[in-house]
Amino acid sequence: MSTTASAAAELSNEEIFRYSRHLILPEVGLEGQRKLKRARVLLVGVGGLGSPAALYLAAAGVGTLGLVDFDVVDATNLQRQILHGTSTIGKRKLDSARERIEDLNPNVKVEAHETPLTSRNALEIIRTYDLVVDGTDNFQTRYLVNDACVLLGKPNVYGSIYRFEGQASVFATADGPCYRCLFREPPPPGLVPSCAEGGVLGVLPGIIGTIQTTEALKLILGIGESLAGRLLLVDALRMNFRTLNLRKDPQCPACGTHEITELIDYEEFCGVRQAAAADAAAQSGVPEITPKQLAARIARGDDFDLIDVREPHEWDIARLPGARLIPLATVIEALPTLDSARDIIVHCKVGARSAKAVQQLQASGFKKVWNLAGGITRWSDEVDPSLPKY
Amino acid sequence: MAVTLFLPTVLARLADSGTLKSEGDTVGQVVENIAGRYPDLAPRLRDEKGDPYAFVTFYLNDEDIRFTGSFKSPVKDGDELTIVPAIAGG
Repeated sequence: MSTTASAAAELSNEEIFRYSRHLILPEVGLEGQRKLKRARVLLVGVGGLGSPAALYLAAAGVGTLGLVDFDVVDATNLQRQILHGTSTIGKRKLDSARERIEDLNPNVKVEAHETPLTSRNALEIIRTYDLVVDGTDNFQTRYLVNDACVLLGKPNVYGSIYRFEGQASVFATADGPCYRCLFREPPPPGLVPSCAEGGVLGVLPGIIGTIQTTEALKLILGIGESLAGRLLLVDALRMNFRTLNLRKDPQCPACGTHEITELIDYEEFCGVRQAAAADAAAQSGVPEITPKQLAARIARGDDFDLIDVREPHEWDIARLPGARLIPLATVIEALPTLDSARDIIVHCKVGARSAKAVQQLQASGFKKVWNLAGGITRWSDEVDPSLPKY
Repeated sequence: MAVTLFLPTVLARLADSGTLKSEGDTVGQVVENIAGRYPDLAPRLRDEKGDPYAFVTFYLNDEDIRFTGSFKSPVKDGDELTIVPAIAGG
Protein backbone atom coordinates (compact mmCIF):
# COMPACT_ATOMS: atom_id res chain seq x y z
CA MET A 1 0.00 0.00 0.00
CA SER A 2 2.68 2.49 1.02
CA THR A 3 4.84 1.58 -2.02
CA THR A 4 1.95 2.12 -4.38
CA ALA A 5 1.04 5.36 -2.67
CA SER A 6 4.56 6.81 -2.87
CA ALA A 7 4.94 5.66 -6.46
CA ALA A 8 1.67 7.28 -7.39
CA ALA A 9 2.69 10.43 -5.59
CA GLU A 10 5.05 11.29 -8.39
CA LEU A 11 2.20 11.58 -10.85
CA SER A 12 -0.54 14.09 -10.19
CA ASN A 13 -4.17 13.03 -10.45
CA GLU A 14 -4.34 14.96 -13.70
CA GLU A 15 -1.40 12.95 -15.03
CA ILE A 16 -2.85 9.63 -13.87
CA PHE A 17 -6.06 10.43 -15.72
CA ARG A 18 -4.20 11.71 -18.81
CA TYR A 19 -2.01 8.59 -19.07
CA SER A 20 -4.75 6.10 -18.19
CA ARG A 21 -4.36 4.16 -21.47
CA HIS A 22 -0.70 3.66 -20.59
CA LEU A 23 -1.35 2.85 -16.95
CA ILE A 24 -3.70 0.00 -17.80
CA LEU A 25 -1.04 -1.57 -20.06
CA PRO A 26 0.81 -4.02 -17.80
CA GLU A 27 4.01 -3.40 -19.80
CA VAL A 28 3.90 0.29 -18.88
CA GLY A 29 1.81 0.68 -15.72
CA LEU A 30 2.52 3.19 -13.00
CA GLU A 31 6.21 2.33 -12.76
CA GLY A 32 6.67 2.67 -16.52
CA GLN A 33 4.88 6.00 -16.58
CA ARG A 34 7.14 7.24 -13.79
CA LYS A 35 10.16 6.13 -15.86
CA LEU A 36 8.82 8.17 -18.76
CA LYS A 37 8.38 11.18 -16.50
CA ARG A 38 11.94 10.88 -15.21
CA ALA A 39 13.35 10.40 -18.73
CA ARG A 40 15.37 13.05 -20.54
CA VAL A 41 15.34 12.68 -24.34
CA LEU A 42 17.28 14.87 -26.78
CA LEU A 43 15.89 15.46 -30.26
CA VAL A 44 18.56 16.62 -32.68
CA GLY A 45 16.54 18.44 -35.32
CA VAL A 46 12.83 19.29 -35.05
CA GLY A 47 12.01 18.95 -38.74
CA GLY A 48 10.48 15.99 -40.56
CA LEU A 49 11.61 13.20 -38.23
CA GLY A 50 11.72 15.38 -35.12
CA SER A 51 8.10 16.53 -35.55
CA PRO A 52 6.32 13.23 -34.88
CA ALA A 53 9.00 12.31 -32.34
CA ALA A 54 8.45 15.50 -30.34
CA LEU A 55 4.66 15.15 -30.48
CA TYR A 56 4.48 11.49 -29.46
CA LEU A 57 7.22 11.71 -26.82
CA ALA A 58 5.43 14.69 -25.30
CA ALA A 59 2.04 12.97 -25.51
CA ALA A 60 3.53 9.85 -23.88
CA GLY A 61 4.65 11.91 -20.90
CA VAL A 62 8.42 11.97 -21.33
CA GLY A 63 9.40 14.42 -18.59
CA THR A 64 12.10 16.42 -20.34
CA LEU A 65 12.53 16.98 -24.06
CA GLY A 66 15.72 18.66 -25.22
CA LEU A 67 15.44 20.17 -28.69
CA VAL A 68 18.41 21.16 -30.85
CA ASP A 69 17.64 23.30 -33.90
CA PHE A 70 18.52 26.73 -35.24
CA ASP A 71 16.13 26.94 -38.17
CA VAL A 72 13.05 29.08 -38.79
CA VAL A 73 9.67 27.65 -39.88
CA ASP A 74 9.22 27.96 -43.63
CA ALA A 75 6.05 27.26 -45.65
CA THR A 76 7.81 24.42 -47.51
CA ASN A 77 8.32 22.64 -44.14
CA LEU A 78 4.60 22.22 -43.51
CA GLN A 79 4.05 19.44 -46.07
CA ARG A 80 5.70 17.09 -43.51
CA GLN A 81 6.81 18.91 -40.34
CA ILE A 82 3.55 18.53 -38.43
CA LEU A 83 4.95 20.03 -35.23
CA HIS A 84 4.76 23.45 -36.87
CA GLY A 85 1.84 25.29 -38.46
CA THR A 86 0.82 28.10 -40.76
CA SER A 87 0.57 30.42 -37.74
CA THR A 88 4.23 29.80 -36.86
CA ILE A 89 5.75 30.47 -40.31
CA GLY A 90 8.71 32.79 -39.79
CA LYS A 91 9.11 31.88 -36.12
CA ARG A 92 12.09 30.00 -34.71
CA LYS A 93 11.37 26.27 -34.87
CA LEU A 94 12.25 25.94 -31.19
CA ASP A 95 9.59 28.51 -30.24
CA SER A 96 7.05 26.91 -32.54
CA ALA A 97 7.89 23.48 -31.07
CA ARG A 98 7.66 24.72 -27.49
CA GLU A 99 4.21 26.26 -28.08
CA ARG A 100 2.85 23.09 -29.60
CA ILE A 101 4.39 20.77 -26.99
CA GLU A 102 3.17 22.91 -24.09
CA ASP A 103 -0.32 22.88 -25.57
CA LEU A 104 -0.21 19.12 -26.04
CA ASN A 105 1.18 18.33 -22.60
CA PRO A 106 2.07 21.07 -20.11
CA ASN A 107 3.71 18.46 -17.87
CA VAL A 108 6.65 18.22 -20.28
CA LYS A 109 9.68 20.39 -19.64
CA VAL A 110 11.18 21.68 -22.92
CA GLU A 111 14.88 22.51 -22.99
CA ALA A 112 15.72 24.52 -26.12
CA HIS A 113 19.24 24.49 -27.55
CA GLU A 114 19.20 27.04 -30.35
CA THR A 115 22.48 26.14 -31.99
CA PRO A 116 23.84 23.82 -34.62
CA LEU A 117 25.21 20.69 -32.94
CA THR A 118 29.01 20.93 -33.32
CA SER A 119 32.12 19.10 -32.17
CA ARG A 120 32.53 21.84 -29.56
CA ASN A 121 29.09 21.58 -27.93
CA ALA A 122 27.82 18.05 -28.70
CA LEU A 123 29.28 16.21 -25.68
CA GLU A 124 28.19 18.93 -23.28
CA ILE A 125 24.62 18.98 -24.65
CA ILE A 126 24.12 15.21 -25.06
CA ARG A 127 25.75 14.33 -21.71
CA THR A 128 22.72 15.36 -19.64
CA TYR A 129 20.21 13.24 -21.59
CA ASP A 130 19.36 9.53 -21.42
CA LEU A 131 19.12 9.00 -25.16
CA VAL A 132 19.20 10.84 -28.46
CA VAL A 133 16.74 10.78 -31.37
CA ASP A 134 18.65 11.62 -34.55
CA GLY A 135 16.43 13.70 -36.82
CA THR A 136 19.18 15.55 -38.65
CA ASP A 137 19.33 16.03 -42.40
CA ASN A 138 23.02 15.78 -43.28
CA PHE A 139 25.86 13.29 -43.01
CA GLN A 140 28.22 15.44 -40.96
CA THR A 141 25.73 15.83 -38.09
CA ARG A 142 24.82 12.13 -38.25
CA TYR A 143 28.46 11.09 -37.77
CA LEU A 144 28.82 13.73 -35.05
CA VAL A 145 25.73 12.45 -33.19
CA ASN A 146 26.96 8.88 -33.57
CA ASP A 147 30.47 9.48 -32.29
CA ALA A 148 29.24 11.62 -29.38
CA CYS A 149 26.73 8.92 -28.39
CA VAL A 150 29.41 6.19 -28.58
CA LEU A 151 31.83 8.27 -26.49
CA LEU A 152 29.14 9.01 -23.88
CA GLY A 153 27.47 5.58 -23.97
CA LYS A 154 24.06 7.04 -24.88
CA PRO A 155 21.71 5.15 -27.22
CA ASN A 156 21.26 6.86 -30.61
CA VAL A 157 17.83 6.23 -32.10
CA TYR A 158 18.48 6.56 -35.82
CA GLY A 159 16.15 7.37 -38.68
CA SER A 160 16.83 8.61 -42.17
CA ILE A 161 14.61 9.26 -45.19
CA TYR A 162 14.80 9.86 -48.91
CA ARG A 163 11.88 10.21 -51.34
CA PHE A 164 9.76 7.11 -50.53
CA GLU A 165 12.24 5.12 -48.45
CA GLY A 166 13.51 5.17 -44.93
CA GLN A 167 15.94 3.47 -42.58
CA ALA A 168 15.75 3.08 -38.81
CA SER A 169 17.86 1.46 -36.14
CA VAL A 170 19.18 1.91 -32.61
CA PHE A 171 22.90 2.55 -32.37
CA ALA A 172 25.43 2.80 -29.58
CA THR A 173 23.72 0.62 -26.99
CA ALA A 174 26.03 -1.21 -24.58
CA ASP A 175 26.81 -4.15 -26.89
CA GLY A 176 25.24 -3.02 -30.15
CA PRO A 177 26.68 -1.63 -33.38
CA CYS A 178 26.89 2.06 -34.25
CA TYR A 179 26.26 4.10 -37.40
CA ARG A 180 29.87 3.65 -38.50
CA CYS A 181 29.43 -0.15 -38.32
CA LEU A 182 26.76 0.28 -41.02
CA PHE A 183 28.43 3.01 -43.09
CA ARG A 184 32.13 3.35 -42.33
CA GLU A 185 32.41 6.56 -44.37
CA PRO A 186 29.97 9.10 -45.83
CA PRO A 187 29.41 9.36 -49.58
CA PRO A 188 31.21 12.21 -51.32
CA PRO A 189 29.20 15.46 -51.17
CA GLY A 190 26.70 15.82 -54.00
CA LEU A 191 26.37 12.08 -54.71
CA VAL A 192 23.28 11.60 -52.56
CA PRO A 193 20.71 14.38 -53.06
CA SER A 194 19.11 15.89 -49.96
CA CYS A 195 15.32 15.94 -49.46
CA ALA A 196 15.42 19.61 -50.55
CA GLU A 197 16.95 18.50 -53.85
CA GLY A 198 15.35 15.08 -54.34
CA GLY A 199 11.99 15.53 -52.63
CA VAL A 200 10.33 13.40 -49.96
CA LEU A 201 6.81 12.06 -49.53
CA GLY A 202 5.41 14.16 -46.67
CA VAL A 203 4.14 11.24 -44.62
CA LEU A 204 7.42 9.29 -44.83
CA PRO A 205 9.10 11.14 -41.92
CA GLY A 206 5.85 10.44 -40.06
CA ILE A 207 6.38 6.70 -40.54
CA ILE A 208 10.09 6.70 -39.72
CA GLY A 209 9.83 9.31 -36.94
CA THR A 210 7.11 7.32 -35.16
CA ILE A 211 9.24 4.17 -35.45
CA GLN A 212 12.13 6.06 -33.83
CA THR A 213 9.76 7.26 -31.12
CA THR A 214 8.52 3.72 -30.50
CA GLU A 215 12.13 2.58 -30.07
CA ALA A 216 12.89 5.50 -27.73
CA LEU A 217 9.86 4.68 -25.55
CA LYS A 218 10.80 0.97 -25.44
CA LEU A 219 14.35 1.85 -24.37
CA ILE A 220 13.07 4.10 -21.59
CA LEU A 221 10.55 1.50 -20.43
CA GLY A 222 12.99 -1.39 -20.82
CA ILE A 223 10.45 -3.49 -22.71
CA GLY A 224 10.37 -5.50 -25.94
CA GLU A 225 13.19 -6.08 -28.38
CA SER A 226 14.87 -2.97 -29.67
CA LEU A 227 16.11 -2.41 -33.21
CA ALA A 228 19.68 -2.47 -31.88
CA GLY A 229 21.54 -4.96 -34.07
CA ARG A 230 18.95 -4.70 -36.83
CA LEU A 231 18.40 -2.24 -39.66
CA LEU A 232 14.79 -1.59 -40.63
CA LEU A 233 14.25 -0.66 -44.28
CA VAL A 234 10.90 0.88 -45.21
CA ASP A 235 9.74 1.18 -48.80
CA ALA A 236 6.52 3.19 -48.80
CA LEU A 237 5.83 2.66 -52.51
CA ARG A 238 5.83 -1.12 -52.21
CA MET A 239 4.74 -0.83 -48.57
CA ASN A 240 7.48 -3.24 -47.69
CA PHE A 241 9.12 -3.39 -44.26
CA ARG A 242 12.25 -5.46 -43.93
CA THR A 243 14.82 -5.92 -41.16
CA LEU A 244 18.42 -6.90 -41.87
CA ASN A 245 21.00 -8.02 -39.36
CA LEU A 246 23.40 -5.33 -38.28
CA ARG A 247 26.63 -6.48 -36.71
CA LYS A 248 29.05 -4.66 -34.49
CA ASP A 249 32.18 -4.24 -36.60
CA PRO A 250 35.31 -5.12 -34.58
CA GLN A 251 37.24 -2.76 -36.89
CA CYS A 252 34.82 0.15 -36.34
CA PRO A 253 36.95 3.14 -35.33
CA ALA A 254 34.21 4.42 -33.00
CA CYS A 255 32.78 1.42 -31.14
CA GLY A 256 35.20 -1.36 -32.19
CA THR A 257 38.82 -0.27 -31.90
CA HIS A 258 37.87 2.94 -30.03
CA GLU A 259 40.53 4.85 -31.95
CA ILE A 260 38.10 7.78 -32.04
CA THR A 261 38.65 9.17 -28.56
CA GLU A 262 37.34 12.67 -29.17
CA LEU A 263 35.05 14.42 -31.64
CA ILE A 264 36.66 15.32 -34.95
CA ASP A 265 36.04 17.90 -37.69
CA TYR A 266 32.96 16.37 -39.36
CA GLU A 267 32.79 18.87 -42.22
CA GLU A 268 36.33 17.83 -43.11
CA PHE A 269 35.49 14.13 -42.63
CA CYS A 270 32.46 14.43 -44.93
CA GLY A 271 34.39 16.50 -47.48
CA VAL A 272 31.88 19.34 -47.21
CA ARG A 273 34.40 22.16 -46.97
CA GLN A 274 36.60 20.78 -49.75
CA ALA A 275 33.55 20.36 -52.02
CA ALA A 276 32.36 23.92 -51.34
CA ALA A 277 35.83 25.28 -52.19
CA ALA A 278 35.97 23.17 -55.36
CA ASP A 279 32.48 24.38 -56.40
CA ALA A 280 33.45 28.00 -55.78
CA ALA A 281 36.65 27.59 -57.79
CA ALA A 282 34.81 25.89 -60.66
CA GLN A 283 32.03 28.47 -60.72
CA SER A 284 34.44 31.41 -60.62
CA GLY A 285 35.03 30.91 -64.36
CA VAL A 286 31.33 30.91 -65.20
CA PRO A 287 30.07 34.23 -66.64
CA GLU A 288 26.83 35.33 -64.98
CA ILE A 289 23.85 37.47 -65.84
CA THR A 290 21.42 38.68 -63.17
CA PRO A 291 17.65 38.31 -63.53
CA LYS A 292 17.27 42.10 -63.95
CA GLN A 293 19.90 42.15 -66.70
CA LEU A 294 18.13 39.26 -68.42
CA ALA A 295 14.78 41.07 -68.14
CA ALA A 296 16.38 44.14 -69.73
CA ARG A 297 17.73 42.05 -72.62
CA ILE A 298 14.29 40.52 -73.17
CA ALA A 299 12.66 44.00 -73.05
CA ARG A 300 15.18 45.30 -75.63
CA GLY A 301 14.29 42.41 -77.94
CA ASP A 302 17.89 41.10 -77.94
CA ASP A 303 18.53 37.95 -79.93
CA PHE A 304 19.72 35.06 -77.75
CA ASP A 305 18.80 31.48 -76.78
CA LEU A 306 17.46 30.80 -73.29
CA ILE A 307 18.08 27.22 -72.13
CA ASP A 308 16.43 25.65 -69.06
CA VAL A 309 18.45 22.67 -67.75
CA ARG A 310 15.97 21.55 -65.07
CA GLU A 311 13.89 18.35 -65.18
CA PRO A 312 10.54 18.09 -67.03
CA HIS A 313 8.52 17.89 -63.77
CA GLU A 314 10.12 21.18 -62.67
CA TRP A 315 9.40 22.74 -66.09
CA ASP A 316 5.72 21.88 -65.49
CA ILE A 317 5.71 23.91 -62.24
CA ALA A 318 7.14 27.14 -63.61
CA ARG A 319 9.13 28.28 -66.65
CA LEU A 320 10.54 31.44 -68.15
CA PRO A 321 8.97 32.80 -71.34
CA GLY A 322 10.88 31.78 -74.45
CA ALA A 323 12.98 29.14 -72.68
CA ARG A 324 13.81 25.77 -74.20
CA LEU A 325 14.05 22.69 -71.95
CA ILE A 326 17.27 20.67 -72.14
CA PRO A 327 17.74 18.73 -68.85
CA LEU A 328 21.34 18.86 -67.60
CA ALA A 329 21.95 15.16 -68.27
CA THR A 330 21.08 15.66 -71.96
CA VAL A 331 23.07 18.84 -72.67
CA ILE A 332 25.90 17.01 -74.42
CA GLU A 333 23.60 15.12 -76.78
CA ALA A 334 21.73 18.38 -77.55
CA LEU A 335 24.96 20.16 -78.58
CA PRO A 336 24.32 19.72 -82.35
CA THR A 337 21.04 21.64 -81.93
CA LEU A 338 22.78 24.67 -80.36
CA ASP A 339 24.39 27.52 -82.30
CA SER A 340 27.72 28.67 -80.84
CA ALA A 341 27.50 31.89 -82.86
CA ARG A 342 24.49 33.04 -80.81
CA ASP A 343 24.42 34.26 -77.19
CA ILE A 344 23.23 31.47 -74.89
CA ILE A 345 21.81 32.08 -71.40
CA VAL A 346 21.37 28.99 -69.26
CA HIS A 347 19.25 28.71 -66.14
CA CYS A 348 17.95 26.20 -63.58
CA LYS A 349 16.19 26.54 -60.21
CA VAL A 350 18.91 28.33 -58.22
CA GLY A 351 21.93 28.43 -60.54
CA ALA A 352 24.07 25.41 -59.59
CA ARG A 353 23.04 22.96 -62.30
CA SER A 354 23.10 25.67 -64.95
CA ALA A 355 26.66 26.60 -63.91
CA LYS A 356 27.64 23.00 -64.70
CA ALA A 357 25.86 23.25 -68.07
CA VAL A 358 27.74 26.48 -68.85
CA GLN A 359 31.03 24.68 -68.08
CA GLN A 360 30.04 21.79 -70.37
CA LEU A 361 29.23 24.26 -73.16
CA GLN A 362 32.50 26.14 -72.59
CA ALA A 363 34.40 22.86 -72.74
CA SER A 364 32.70 22.15 -76.07
CA GLY A 365 33.92 25.44 -77.52
CA PHE A 366 30.96 27.73 -76.82
CA LYS A 367 32.27 31.19 -75.91
CA LYS A 368 29.11 33.30 -75.55
CA VAL A 369 27.43 31.51 -72.63
CA TRP A 370 26.05 33.00 -69.41
CA ASN A 371 24.56 31.51 -66.25
CA LEU A 372 21.40 33.11 -64.82
CA ALA A 373 22.49 33.92 -61.25
CA GLY A 374 20.05 32.55 -58.69
CA GLY A 375 17.97 30.77 -61.33
CA ILE A 376 14.22 31.15 -61.70
CA THR A 377 13.90 31.39 -57.92
CA ARG A 378 15.73 34.75 -57.99
CA TRP A 379 13.82 35.68 -61.17
CA SER A 380 10.61 35.22 -59.16
CA ASP A 381 12.03 37.36 -56.31
CA GLU A 382 13.36 40.19 -58.44
CA VAL A 383 11.47 40.28 -61.74
CA ASP A 384 8.20 38.36 -61.78
CA PRO A 385 6.68 37.43 -58.39
CA SER A 386 3.75 35.78 -60.19
CA LEU A 387 6.08 32.91 -61.10
CA PRO A 388 5.64 30.20 -58.43
CA LYS A 389 8.68 29.23 -56.34
CA TYR A 390 9.12 25.62 -55.25
CA MET B 1 23.63 -19.00 -59.86
CA ALA B 2 20.51 -16.86 -60.34
CA VAL B 3 20.26 -14.06 -57.80
CA THR B 4 17.64 -11.34 -57.34
CA LEU B 5 19.01 -7.87 -56.70
CA PHE B 6 16.97 -5.19 -54.91
CA LEU B 7 17.82 -1.55 -55.56
CA PRO B 8 16.54 1.44 -53.56
CA THR B 9 14.65 4.09 -55.58
CA VAL B 10 17.67 6.38 -55.60
CA LEU B 11 19.50 3.76 -57.71
CA ALA B 12 16.55 2.09 -59.44
CA ARG B 13 16.17 5.07 -61.78
CA LEU B 14 19.59 4.18 -63.22
CA ALA B 15 18.29 0.69 -64.15
CA ASP B 16 15.03 -0.58 -65.66
CA SER B 17 13.54 -1.44 -62.30
CA GLY B 18 14.21 -1.77 -58.58
CA THR B 19 14.24 -5.56 -58.85
CA LEU B 20 16.83 -7.10 -61.18
CA LYS B 21 17.85 -10.65 -62.01
CA SER B 22 21.55 -11.39 -62.18
CA GLU B 23 23.98 -14.29 -62.40
CA GLY B 24 27.30 -15.23 -60.84
CA ASP B 25 29.08 -17.46 -58.34
CA THR B 26 30.02 -14.62 -55.98
CA VAL B 27 28.48 -11.32 -54.94
CA GLY B 28 31.21 -9.57 -56.93
CA GLN B 29 30.28 -11.45 -60.12
CA VAL B 30 26.58 -10.74 -59.58
CA VAL B 31 27.40 -7.02 -59.19
CA GLU B 32 29.68 -6.98 -62.26
CA ASN B 33 26.95 -8.63 -64.33
CA ILE B 34 24.57 -5.79 -63.40
CA ALA B 35 27.30 -3.15 -63.83
CA GLY B 36 27.92 -4.40 -67.39
CA ARG B 37 24.22 -4.13 -68.26
CA TYR B 38 23.67 -0.70 -66.68
CA PRO B 39 26.70 1.56 -67.23
CA ASP B 40 25.08 4.52 -65.40
CA LEU B 41 24.42 2.36 -62.35
CA ALA B 42 27.88 0.76 -62.34
CA PRO B 43 29.83 3.60 -60.66
CA ARG B 44 27.19 3.80 -57.91
CA LEU B 45 27.65 0.12 -56.99
CA ARG B 46 31.43 -0.19 -56.75
CA ASP B 47 34.56 1.91 -57.19
CA GLU B 48 36.87 2.02 -60.22
CA LYS B 49 38.79 -0.99 -58.94
CA GLY B 50 35.58 -2.98 -58.61
CA ASP B 51 35.62 -2.84 -54.79
CA PRO B 52 32.60 -1.91 -52.63
CA TYR B 53 32.28 1.62 -51.24
CA ALA B 54 32.24 2.37 -47.51
CA PHE B 55 28.88 4.14 -47.93
CA VAL B 56 26.97 1.43 -49.82
CA THR B 57 26.24 -1.73 -47.84
CA PHE B 58 25.38 -5.02 -49.55
CA TYR B 59 23.17 -7.55 -47.82
CA LEU B 60 23.15 -11.14 -49.05
CA ASN B 61 19.78 -12.30 -47.79
CA ASP B 62 19.82 -10.82 -44.25
CA GLU B 63 23.60 -10.59 -43.73
CA ASP B 64 26.06 -7.77 -44.36
CA ILE B 65 28.61 -9.20 -46.86
CA ARG B 66 31.51 -7.43 -45.12
CA PHE B 67 31.28 -10.16 -42.50
CA THR B 68 31.02 -13.04 -44.99
CA GLY B 69 33.86 -12.28 -47.43
CA SER B 70 32.74 -9.05 -49.11
CA PHE B 71 32.48 -9.35 -52.91
CA LYS B 72 34.05 -12.83 -52.69
CA SER B 73 31.05 -14.13 -50.73
CA PRO B 74 29.61 -17.15 -52.60
CA VAL B 75 25.98 -17.02 -53.70
CA LYS B 76 23.37 -19.75 -54.14
CA ASP B 77 20.48 -20.06 -56.56
CA GLY B 78 17.57 -17.97 -55.27
CA ASP B 79 19.68 -15.70 -53.04
CA GLU B 80 18.62 -12.09 -52.61
CA LEU B 81 21.08 -9.23 -52.70
CA THR B 82 19.84 -5.96 -51.18
CA ILE B 83 21.72 -2.73 -51.71
CA VAL B 84 21.54 -0.19 -48.90
CA PRO B 85 23.10 3.18 -49.65
CA ALA B 86 23.68 5.83 -47.01
CA ILE B 87 20.90 8.45 -47.00
CA ALA B 88 20.75 11.42 -44.68
CA GLY B 89 17.36 13.09 -45.08
CA GLY B 90 15.43 14.02 -41.99
